[in-house]
Amino acid sequence: MMRRSLTLFAGLFVLILVIGWLMGLPFTSSRLVEAAAYSLIALGLNIQWGYGGLFNFGIMGFLMLGGFAVTFISYPVNPTFWGSDGPWMLGRALIAFVAGALLVIGARKSDRLGIRGGWKSFVTVLAWFVAYCIYRSQLDPAAAYIEANAGFVGGLGAHPVLGWLFGGVLAAVIAFIVGKIALGLRTDYLAIATIGISEIIRALIKNMDWLTRGTLTVSPIPWPTPLPQDYQASGSDMVSSLLLARGGFLLLAVAVLALAIWLISRAYAGPWGRMMRAIRDNHIASASMGKNVTARQLEIFVFGSVLMGIGGAMLVSFTQIFDPSSYQPINHTFLIWVMIIVGGAGNNWGAVFGAVLIWLVWVVSEPLAKFIFEFVSTWSTNIGWGAIPEIESRSAQMRVFVLGLVITIALRFAPKGLIPEVVRRDA
Amino acid sequence: MPLIELRNVVGGYGGAPILNGVNMAIEQSDIGVIVGPNGAGKSTTLKAIFGLLKVTGGTIEFAGKDVANSLPDALVPMGLSFVPQEKNVFTSMTVEENLEMGAFTRRDDFKGTMDWVYQMFPVLAEKRRQPAGELSGGQRQMVAMGRALMSKPKLLMLDEPSAGLSPRYVIEIFETIVRVNKEGVGILMVEQNARQALAFASRGFVLASGQNRFTGTGPELIADPEVAKSFLGG
Amino acid sequence: MTELVFFINQVVIAGAVLGCIYALGAVGITLIFGILRFAHFAHSELMTSGAFFAFLLAALFASWGVVTPIPLGFVVLPIAMVMSAIFALGIDKGFYAPLRRRGAKPVILLIASIGVTLMAQGLIRLFFGAGSWSFFETESKEIFRIDTSFIGSTRPLVITEPQLLMIVVTIISVLALHFFLTRSRLGKAMRAMADNADLAQVSGINTALVVRVTWIVAGALACMAGTMLALDVTLKPDLAFNIIIPIFAAAIVGGLGQAYGAIAGGLLIGFAESLAVFNWTMVLRPLNAILPDWMQLPATLALVPTEYKLTVAFVILVVVLLVRPTGIFKGASS
Repeated sequence: MMRRSLTLFAGLFVLILVIGWLMGLPFTSSRLVEAAAYSLIALGLNIQWGYGGLFNFGIMGFLMLGGFAVTFISYPVNPTFWGSDGPWMLGRALIAFVAGALLVIGARKSDRLGIRGGWKSFVTVLAWFVAYCIYRSQLDPAAAYIEANAGFVGGLGAHPVLGWLFGGVLAAVIAFIVGKIALGLRTDYLAIATIGISEIIRALIKNMDWLTRGTLTVSPIPWPTPLPQDYQASGSDMVSSLLLARGGFLLLAVAVLALAIWLISRAYAGPWGRMMRAIRDNHIASASMGKNVTARQLEIFVFGSVLMGIGGAMLVSFTQIFDPSSYQPINHTFLIWVMIIVGGAGNNWGAVFGAVLIWLVWVVSEPLAKFIFEFVSTWSTNIGWGAIPEIESRSAQMRVFVLGLVITIALRFAPKGLIPEVVRRDA
Repeated sequence: MPLIELRNVVGGYGGAPILNGVNMAIEQSDIGVIVGPNGAGKSTTLKAIFGLLKVTGGTIEFAGKDVANSLPDALVPMGLSFVPQEKNVFTSMTVEENLEMGAFTRRDDFKGTMDWVYQMFPVLAEKRRQPAGELSGGQRQMVAMGRALMSKPKLLMLDEPSAGLSPRYVIEIFETIVRVNKEGVGILMVEQNARQALAFASRGFVLASGQNRFTGTGPELIADPEVAKSFLGG
Repeated sequence: MTELVFFINQVVIAGAVLGCIYALGAVGITLIFGILRFAHFAHSELMTSGAFFAFLLAALFASWGVVTPIPLGFVVLPIAMVMSAIFALGIDKGFYAPLRRRGAKPVILLIASIGVTLMAQGLIRLFFGAGSWSFFETESKEIFRIDTSFIGSTRPLVITEPQLLMIVVTIISVLALHFFLTRSRLGKAMRAMADNADLAQVSGINTALVVRVTWIVAGALACMAGTMLALDVTLKPDLAFNIIIPIFAAAIVGGLGQAYGAIAGGLLIGFAESLAVFNWTMVLRPLNAILPDWMQLPATLALVPTEYKLTVAFVILVVVLLVRPTGIFKGASS
């Protein structure tokens, strides 16, 4: 088993070298930083699906939350906003939100006043409606005012690493709410519910222009480590400053990843992990053993989502731009699933391996397809059939096809993944 | 030649076999009853005959043909029917639709068979348009038997037909089974109410650990002091 | 009365059109779930590819100079539906059947269907590019404007020819489906298998045949839904991918496994979406005359802003899963 993993990782290393040789170091170094962030995200899903058997199809939502968090924390302060009536109006909207929430909570407890059955449902629905109207009545003018006068609320200008942490916290809070709502559902319902929730998150982040600038995008978002420009200013040439800066970012990302793996492995080897496996493999029996299954599953869901939030924040930090409309279920949810399925659910090293491998396959299949298309195109032109039209956009689509092909082949021929879970015999 | 004959049947769900050499032979005129302790392989024997689990050794011959590991959609047209113990009606479908599903393999007109079933279970005729899920336990059992009879079987296999029924219904179901047998349908059933069932069995089989222990007519087995002591509760 | 006609145009017709498409898609999803017990995510790709089949056929017919009184898209629909049914069978044989034989869990099949979605998305874009196509390049989209001045309205009732045909075709196919499920031998066998698969097998029902019929029906209906959606708006590679979750919402609202529930759920979600973004000021404007100045209605008074239209379906989905996971009709949730 060990030998197999080592061989696979050695193969991955060779693949990285080949890509570095073919595509150049600047390209490869960027991809490696992204791969580290995706490894963190894949670890999060591995906790949820591999350890807990929880079906999270809303990864995109958590990545967006992380991205928003790091934007909000680390982007420079917008003095126009803070000098305007905006904060005050938002404060009123917050009060309206709290008032609405109290109203809903009150309605849910209305049976204490003797309101029961159908009447209680009616009162609850009415309370939701009124609360919604109150909130909208305060938020809409605030949003319009901010968008007109200050653009958007801007950031807090704090260190990006704080933003990553906030990404984890924000993801945790949302995951807690989502988990409370959805974890009682059976797997396929859970899958669809989480997709629905992540689409709601996407719609909100995309359309709350006053908070996120929506489709207008926010950039440049600062790096936690020195930027290439900083190295250039101190006299390095362009390529080496690029590599130095990316190397620095990569070091930080790998450090975070290593910390995460260390913490998870420790927890999973202990009693907590034993309980998790018991719950996943036998729901009913562990429930009858008096273990609080739902609470443990909620823990797992929240932990996994924290890693996704941090990973999502890292990605946005690195690319320096937060563009809500660039988030797609294919690139940000299904891709992670392919990583886990191919790598091996339930095995942290499998998750990391899968993440790096699939990320490289994903980014390389476009230039590769382009190369093949151009080759075929030259050939078909030579024999008089004419060239393949729109090679650029067609090769961009090839990677989606490759992703689908990889997942179906993996399910068919290696359903446990390349580095499968090590089945422990718990005494 | 018997209608169905099992010789040294070995089988299970993969892993250790549950049946370790079951032998049985039944004529179309017979009522065969399988009794034995829990986990003896009684229901498993019926499922093995019906192709619902893997037979790894021995032979099963039905009407002169080897049918080991044949699937139900091949066995039903040959004249074999099975009434499972639980979940044996389509709850969301009407009584009549349940019966029609029993005749799925038949391409001829089955109106006559349906009348025959309604004759046997008059209460079903009254409730033909009701969803089977709304019926009582005893009536559901009748629907299940009626469904199995719609294929005009030579041999009807029943897995604990009296399970969960009140004593009054148990007698009624047993009477119905005898009546069905008189109409020319061989019966092979597994029963928990061993003494009651063996009383009208022309063939009795006592199974333990996946093997035959005793074989004989029902009354013979009841009279056997050893069977009575070990398997019929004294 | 102008307001009433406006309401009918904006909510009733738009909602019915959307609802029909959701309903046809949701029926397929619910049937597959009932028979094979997994959430078939790639249903969107059956819809999109079905629409492309119809598009290619229509283009072929047009190039032969065929001219028909109704849009060509509807004329070629039966052929496209047959093609889609075969395509659906092929997908099952190639990707799902091997996993089922291995005894894979429904969750694995769900993931496999995601793989199929990705492959189909890639292939469709590979062949057709990422842009959009119209069925009405060569023929015109007829728009009926029904004069409603006799009830005192200054606005006409507006419905396009494809929309009208779409509603008619949906009604016909729902009726056909109803008769298929309640009258035909195979239709009843499908219900039996959805009800109790083990018993269906024991009864001698050819379950492999029922599975094939399910794919045929689901594929044909998906093709119908996709083509009609493409006729109403435009044909693009992510035509149905974008609405697969509202369609799942429709199936879940109606109770997974319940064909009639899916139809009701589809219409419900369709109407809810158009009602939620409806601008009430347009209807309530006469009130401005009697309302005091400080209570004048704003220019737009909708329950949710238009950009959140699709979100309505997600919210309904989440609320239904929360309050009544078995759907508003009793569904097979166990």
